[in-house]
Amino acid sequence: METCDLNALELTRLLKKREVSAAEIVENCLRRIAAVDGRPGAMDNSGISAEDRQRVHAFITLTESEARAQAAEIDKKLAAGEDPGPLAGMPFTVKDIFCVRGTFSTAASRILANFKAPYTATPVKRMQDDGAIMLGKVNLDEFTYGSSNESSAFQPSPRNPWKTDHVPGGSSGGSAASVAAGEAPLSLGTDTAGSIRQPAAFCGVVGVKPTYGRVSRYGLIAFASSLDCPGPVARSVRDAAAMLQVIAGRDAHDATASTMEVPDYLEGIEDGVKGMRIGLSPDYFRITYPDPASGELLSQPLPLEIEKAVRDTAGKLAAMGAEIVEDVPMPNTRFGIPAYFVISRVEAASNLHRYDGVKYGLRTDMVSTDLRQMYKHTRNEGFGLQPKLRILMGMYVSAAQYSEQYYRRAMQVRSLIRTDFVTVFDAKGKYRLDALLTPTTPTTAFKMEAVYGDSVLMQYADQLTVPANHAGIPGISLPGGLDGDRLPIGIQLLGADYHEKTLFRIGRAYEMATENEPWRTETPEVLQRMNKNP
Amino acid sequence: MSEEITREVFDHLVDLAALELTEEQAEYLRRQLNNQLKAIHELEAIPIDRDVAISLHGVPFEEAESAPPRQDEWIKYPDPQEIMGQAPQVEDGYIVVPDIPHTELK
Repeated sequence: METCDLNALELTRLLKKREVSAAEIVENCLRRIAAVDGRPGAMDNSGISAEDRQRVHAFITLTESEARAQAAEIDKKLAAGEDPGPLAGMPFTVKDIFCVRGTFSTAASRILANFKAPYTATPVKRMQDDGAIMLGKVNLDEFTYGSSNESSAFQPSPRNPWKTDHVPGGSSGGSAASVAAGEAPLSLGTDTAGSIRQPAAFCGVVGVKPTYGRVSRYGLIAFASSLDCPGPVARSVRDAAAMLQVIAGRDAHDATASTMEVPDYLEGIEDGVKGMRIGLSPDYFRITYPDPASGELLSQPLPLEIEKAVRDTAGKLAAMGAEIVEDVPMPNTRFGIPAYFVISRVEAASNLHRYDGVKYGLRTDMVSTDLRQMYKHTRNEGFGLQPKLRILMGMYVSAAQYSEQYYRRAMQVRSLIRTDFVTVFDAKGKYRLDALLTPTTPTTAFKMEAVYGDSVLMQYADQLTVPANHAGIPGISLPGGLDGDRLPIGIQLLGADYHEKTLFRIGRAYEMATENEPWRTETPEVLQRMNKNP
Repeated sequence: MSEEITREVFDHLVDLAALELTEEQAEYLRRQLNNQLKAIHELEAIPIDRDVAISLHGVPFEEAESAPPRQDEWIKYPDPQEIMGQAPQVEDGYIVVPDIPHTELK
């Protein structure tokens, strides 16, 4: 195990004891990136080589000189006896959907490929102010629109470190892949329908979608503004908690950032689950998805390995004193995707109108006779197929004659989904749950190109994660073992508004209960290859 | 309900969205839209009382946990040229665009 494979809190501890310097930490991460990442995503589109297929390709932009400068600053502070901050020396990557001053902030889209942000997003700024060191900006689905990263305009798109012919998930695929491959212990992602939790599950790392409004969206390039949540990707629950501690909280720049006090997430994190009520719902053990050929809705149970991982987790939590509540009804779960198809598209179309070739970003080189023609040429050249698809659907379902039928109805369905959660978390209700335990995803990571192009099937990868976004509640995905193909399985905990602390406590208990299991010692394929050919 | 986005409606949407598409893109996108619409139609099967309130967002924003509106104060940006420098075409401090089409109102 190298320095870059250590958890973030351990790195800070060693740094503060002067057993390692910030410079050494950064150099070690940069060496790992050089060893496993391959060429960064770019717009040259020269095709994918055999070598590319063996690499992770998490990054779009590596900011190594800024990282080295910040490390030197931290080492200087330590030498002078000053406090370098609670996250001092923790390297992190940032999904390239966040503005960071002076860096290209591309949203993985051609239309923003030349955009240099004039300011820094609040969560990134808070991490940097507290001593964390940004290593660079990582790849994603274009404007976050996808669950595999294959839609990025910057190719090669990220690959799953566990099996590089599989997708890392998405849209925070670069975030999850960079953390799983040991390039950085932390990453900042965003979750609109599962975009932190699904790639975390596919890559075998921890991913947290905080309560909507818990983390400021200032500086986040918007997708669906009523659903977008920035959050941590990490290799341990404690690291994720330490990161959320810093990025959460009120922000004068975002009116939807809650003023509710941020609790101490690490305090009592190892107090266990004795007496907690944890629910299992049959509605999370079935998936409903459209038949790719006929479009007819099919319903089937989850793969056995995934259901077994969740039930084994329940067994372990019960053995530690939690009370498992079976048969919790969550009847509106299956309507999450249809409602999401409407709400997210309306908001996306609205948010994408600002890209017009006038103020920043791409403007077409074609000669345009008038402004409207310039808009059309620019938007045609700048947007890939997925943004175009979202704009068109958003405009259709919000058109005056349809908005009652689709948009209003979808927002009513959101109320029903929210009610499902409010009912089971109600402290005076029948279920009184502290958390709901579910699988994170209906499958483990799928092969590259297996789903891409079918926008409906791709969307259904988020079926078990999107209800939390509709409801606004927090969720966490934890590594829950490996399937027969040695691909990670993700298990999910969902909690009541602002109860992230409860989820961390359960997650940490599960980590402790499984720390000696054989799968915990298995490493991703890219690291095995690296160790064979150092 | 089995409505479909016809080519005519599709072309209208493309124009409203200020996009232009190749024939191949148009065919793919219209097919995907119609597939998504099939999924969306599942919403119609849900019995919903007319009086079920809509949710604009999941978490309710109670006054106690929301910041009051901030003062409407002008804050000077340190370097406006840096922002203007991002514009594709600038002249004498103005952003330049092609002719803006005018329509005579009847």
